[in-house]
Amino acid sequence: MSCSDQSGLDAAMRDALGGSARSLFGGATTGPTVRAVHDEFHGDLLEVSMGPQHPSTHGVFRMVVTLDGEQIVKLKPVFGYLHRNHEKIAEGTSYLSSMPYTDRLDYLCSMTNNWAYALAVEKLGGISVPDRAQYLRVIMAELTRLVNHSCLVGFLFNDLGTSFTPLLYAFREREKILDLFESLSGSRMMCNYQRFGGCRVDPPADWLAAAAALVDNFPRFLDEYETMLTGNEIMLARTQGIGAMDPARAINAGITGPCLRACGVDYDLRKVDGYGFYPRFDFRVPLGEHGDTYDRYMLRILEMRESVKILQQAFRDLPAGPIMDPKAKLRGFRPKPGEAYGRLEGPKGELGFYLISDGSPNPYRYRVRPPSLINLTLLEELCLGRTVADAVVILGSIDIVLGEVDR
Amino acid sequence: MNAGPAAEHSLLVDAAHAREIATFLRDDEALRLDYCSNATGIDWPDKEVVDPATKAKTVQPGCLEAVYHLYSISRKQGPVILRVRTANRSDQVTLPSLTPVWKSCEFQEREIFDLYGVVFEGHPDLRRLLMWDGFKDYPMRRDYVAPDDFEWEPTPHGNVLERAKAHWPAAPVAGVADPGASAAAGAGTGPGSTTPPTKTPEAKP
Repeated sequence: MSCSDQSGLDAAMRDALGGSARSLFGGATTGPTVRAVHDEFHGDLLEVSMGPQHPSTHGVFRMVVTLDGEQIVKLKPVFGYLHRNHEKIAEGTSYLSSMPYTDRLDYLCSMTNNWAYALAVEKLGGISVPDRAQYLRVIMAELTRLVNHSCLVGFLFNDLGTSFTPLLYAFREREKILDLFESLSGSRMMCNYQRFGGCRVDPPADWLAAAAALVDNFPRFLDEYETMLTGNEIMLARTQGIGAMDPARAINAGITGPCLRACGVDYDLRKVDGYGFYPRFDFRVPLGEHGDTYDRYMLRILEMRESVKILQQAFRDLPAGPIMDPKAKLRGFRPKPGEAYGRLEGPKGELGFYLISDGSPNPYRYRVRPPSLINLTLLEELCLGRTVADAVVILGSIDIVLGEVDR
Repeated sequence: MNAGPAAEHSLLVDAAHAREIATFLRDDEALRLDYCSNATGIDWPDKEVVDPATKAKTVQPGCLEAVYHLYSISRKQGPVILRVRTANRSDQVTLPSLTPVWKSCEFQEREIFDLYGVVFEGHPDLRRLLMWDGFKDYPMRRDYVAPDDFEWEPTPHGNVLERAKAHWPAAPVAGVADPGASAAAGAGTGPGSTTPPTKTPEAKP
């Protein structure tokens, strides 16, 4: 790439790729893993299929990457390896029976999936939620955020090449929270805890005491983790300035959650929509500045610290009372005809459920707005001109779960 | 349009003007709906309506619908819900793509195309998103019938067995030629003893 007219060369290269290469692999979901694509400007380009069975893709996700030497000149994500038509199955069953199935969307964050679905159904049916249940929901959602973000920072270091040690530090904390979830709901990850109109189980006092103690100890883990890793020279070299997003572009592409806030856009649904009891809590929304991989990492660390603050307030203020709205009808629930879009700030971004009722016990239309899928919209732009090793880190910092991407 | 308790009303937009309207909504100073959160499809099949007075039956033609939930990040307002409808469900299923206005629609419109069969005009890369490329039908439509043998997958073994049978026309009769062959045939492990799958696949992946 010694040509001085960089943009003209790039355009010519894109044209050449669009013309010759598209017919070769555009849209193909099967084919050889590595293939040479001839191009008159650069000699042979190499097409590498990363995934669907690749440790860096965090699941059965595939990127068809075209390489010029080590540089990525084209990247096409291929989805659908975990597709089971979640929406169709949910349309064939009652409102309540979809609740455990929402656990399987983003299987790291079942509590927030449950809540998002409950939120949409409550909007659809006009159901209110008692105070104690609202507090419990906030507690569960913030614990889920801790689980998700600690997983993410662990996996990010895995992608950076620190084989598993930081990940195990993160998993140690995550397991403590999952133990709490298990003792409360019966399952570590598939919690199936929320109901429309409240929650399923009321935590006993010793559970709350154990959770409060865990939360109070959590900042120590963060400090330990940051001391070891945040200032690490390799970490800084590999993440700062890599995969920077432009804020306007990110908004237009529908990027949400920590990835959007890392670009400096102040948009947190906990503040904007004020769903649940979040307006009662005192917390700040951390914002990044450059939108690069480092900011996305740092933002998660800061969000965990804010989550700890929210949790401490929630344990302090948790009121006594019922956890289910007595008027809410779970079985044989038939909302009036209408539609509702409920969304909340999941750990990965805006998780939304769009429901249409025609008065029958099944939803007429059930739609999941998957943050993981839509956050991948800019993946190609972020990776162009970078190496494969950078693409792995960028993908890791976007934070996807394939159960939600493919649904 | 939405009588339910949520009362999120929506705008039904003419397909011919959808993109101008979308651009206006995005760029207008007061609205600034710069963020398209959710884009999805809905299938409304043909409906038979009985007139209560005359008892005459008429078929109300169905349509496919694309729904867009718009919010404003800079003004912190929303939602505005746009709906665009196709003329019918069979041959006039083209809608203007809103991906040039909001890039977040790119994957979601691909998904609508994949699962509902709405063709988005002006979409940069309209391919199936979740189903594989050779798939024929649109699974999210209300009248979609899943194939009853969808778990059957063609494997090389069917062909191998056919070729093996052609190569050795008749297996030796058990108990006559030699005891070793009869034991193998009796245990059901010989190539002739396994029947190849007789089902013809309807939807070959």
